[in-house]
Amino acid sequence: MIELLYFAWVRERIGKDSERIALPADVTTVAGLLGWLVARGDAVFSETDRLRVAVNQLFANMDTPVKAGDEIAIFPPVTGG
Amino acid sequence: MISVRVQAGDFDPGVEIAALHAGRTDIGAVASFTGLVRADGGLESLTLEHYPAMTERALQAIADEAGRRWPLQAGLIIHRHGCLLPGNRIVLVAVASPHRAAAFEACEFLMDWLKTKAPFWKREQSGGTSRWVEPKAEDDIATDRWRQA
Repeated sequence: MIELLYFAWVRERIGKDSERIALPADVTTVAGLLGWLVARGDAVFSETDRLRVAVNQLFANMDTPVKAGDEIAIFPPVTGG
Repeated sequence: MISVRVQAGDFDPGVEIAALHAGRTDIGAVASFTGLVRADGGLESLTLEHYPAMTERALQAIADEAGRRWPLQAGLIIHRHGCLLPGNRIVLVAVASPHRAAAFEACEFLMDWLKTKAPFWKREQSGGTSRWVEPKAEDDIATDRWRQA
């Protein structure tokens, strides 16, 4: 299983702030995960230039590996400060 | 050495800065920055969402990087979340060093990095509608100028 967390307008577009899913067998990277989510029917995850990802609370990139047990957060570029 | 706090409540910059160097005789400079909510374009309130499990960790990583780059003796980052009103304080960065150049530079660095590397998102409310604040290209440029070879 992996834990997916959504923040800001990503959370609003998806309609939930988190979900637990079984890690799809062919998903090994952040890019693979986003592609799988798009294929599932959530077009928001195709807007990769407007999305940022953290794996286990650290900023990740498209090539970052994902594995069972990971907490993967998907959100817009940050705007704090 | 730089401590980090993420909180909904307000803070008192004067109290925090005084506490930073209380009882110390080795500190020669404290530089600080306080960020406030501006009432631009009729803004009525600003809501800051964050990623609780990651926020303090990300801020601490930014603080640790400042500690590697400058001879800092003490420091503090406070960032608020939740609903804030025009005039409210959002963020405080304060750093202490023997001399002013390091304190000024580290303070500016911390704010620049915090803008693009800490998981906060602002939502503006005005006139019965609300919208997510878009990231600014100038914030990315401000972050990049601290890039080291």
